Amino acid sequence: MNQNLYHYILTIADTNLILGQRLGELCGHGPSLETDIALTNISLDLIGQTRSYFQYAASLFDEEKTEDDIAFLRKEREYRNVLLVEQPNTHFGYVMARQFLFDVFHLMFLRELEISKDETLAAIAKKGIKEASYHRRFSSDWIKRLGDGTEESHTKIQEAVNNLWRYTNELFQMTEADVAMVTEGVGVDLEALKEPYYEAVSEVLKEATLEVPERKYFQKGGKEGIHTEHMGYLLSDLQYMQRAFPDMKW
Amino acid sequence: MSDTEVKNLEELFEARIARDEKIEPKDWMPEKYRQTHIRQISQHAHSEIVGMLPEGNWITRAPSLRRKAALLAKVQDEAGHGLYLYSACETLGISREELYEQLHSGKAKYSSIFNYPTITWADIGAIGWLVDGAAIINQVPLCNTSFGPYARAMVRVCKEESFHQRQGYEIMLTLCNGTEEQKAMAQDALNRWWWPSLMMFGPTDAESTHTEQSMKWKLKRKTNDELRQQFIDQTVPQADILGITVPDPDLKWNEESGHYDFGEIDWDEFWQVVKGHGPCNKERLDARVNAWEEGEWVRDAAMAYADKQEKRKATTKKAS
Repeated sequence: MNQNLYHYILTIADTNLILGQRLGELCGHGPSLETDIALTNISLDLIGQTRSYFQYAASLFDEEKTEDDIAFLRKEREYRNVLLVEQPNTHFGYVMARQFLFDVFHLMFLRELEISKDETLAAIAKKGIKEASYHRRFSSDWIKRLGDGTEESHTKIQEAVNNLWRYTNELFQMTEADVAMVTEGVGVDLEALKEPYYEAVSEVLKEATLEVPERKYFQKGGKEGIHTEHMGYLLSDLQYMQRAFPDMKW
Repeated sequence: MSDTEVKNLEELFEARIARDEKIEPKDWMPEKYRQTHIRQISQHAHSEIVGMLPEGNWITRAPSLRRKAALLAKVQDEAGHGLYLYSACETLGISREELYEQLHSGKAKYSSIFNYPTITWADIGAIGWLVDGAAIINQVPLCNTSFGPYARAMVRVCKEESFHQRQGYEIMLTLCNGTEEQKAMAQDALNRWWWPSLMMFGPTDAESTHTEQSMKWKLKRKTNDELRQQFIDQTVPQADILGITVPDPDLKWNEESGHYDFGEIDWDEFWQVVKGHGPCNKERLDARVNAWEEGEWVRDAAMAYADKQEKRKATTKKAS
């Protein structure tokens, strides 16, 4: 099996899965019916994309494997999602800041993945671009509303952006699998996305009358399976059924 | 308007309903018709959004990605139903905020079934199969009800509910074709959801206070007891296919009537839950109130931002 390709897919898919899972926690608890529907919809898009990636990943194995084996039956240290997406739904400001900081990256990433030499990944990316464009528009609009809304919302969203900022740099960290996949013309050169990402993010933050955090210290580890303390609880929920009732069909 | 004029309008109104004409929001309508519809449509809308909670409870724990996606889509549909039912209700001259206020204060009701807890994955199957199944039986006649916006909303709602019901039954079927443990989980869910599902059709005809007027306005086409019987007749053979047992020792086919006879419903439990003392009444209402209160700063921000944008637009227009 092509280990690099497998690991490459895992990072992308796990990031989608974990964010989809986080958003799924909010269903029925949003500040309005409209935001509830939109966030559920984004969660659904992300889980849908996750399934496509994992189905592809499962096909790389010689033995029989399913999308669910990969999604549910790994240990915490084997999940390769970025730390940003596992951060909790502290309040709506955190939900939107996390979403926005991811969406700007996600859309740029998919636009590059669309021209991958790997036809399956290119096809998944192509389908995902439409969804990710909507996500980016939705979260950007909310950053502006909250930033340029009331004094309270301004303070809250600024605090969320400041606290989540330390997880942004990891989005561009190149793992061994990334380097190998870029060499093969399959993967996306993440470092090349870094500057345009911070430019795009800053533009929206400024329009939202928010300050762009100046920070030199960042967190990383997710891509090597070293997660924040929040991850274990998230996985306990995610894996509960598969762990409590192993080897059954659902 | 004089009493005679009102009486004439009422007669014309009743004649329109008798001719199966739709009543639209701007048409004249008796105050009682308006109030009854606000009560029923909002109760229905509240049921949709409170109903998101027991099912949303399993989104993070769904046993496969396919089930997780399907459950997300289902709960999203319910939010959508809530949205167009609230909109239909708003055409009768009441705001969504007022309707929420009625829900949060306990003045408005929602379907009691959502005051029962979802404690296993099989409950998600049972809700789809039984609760959505009962809802469809209650709601299909509403596609032809007299108030236009409600009738049109119900056409879409019923289509989606019917999909949810098949999905729920399919979850049950998978469990029943699975291991002993899975089948036991399905049986346990049926045991707990059967009687509350029968209660979804409301009190017996003798006890029902709204039936007569609602029949006249085509808000109801069949009585509570007729609909309940239809549900039982339809559902018992489905349980047989699953190979699980309906928890009613008095249930048996009656050749003569062509219907199933069934045991006595625990009406004390019914009234206890209706009056707010079911297993989860407090949790459901608290969840809605918390979402509303914790979301206030977000809604305020959206309003403030929209105001600022309006003003900016006006200033730009003036300048040019």
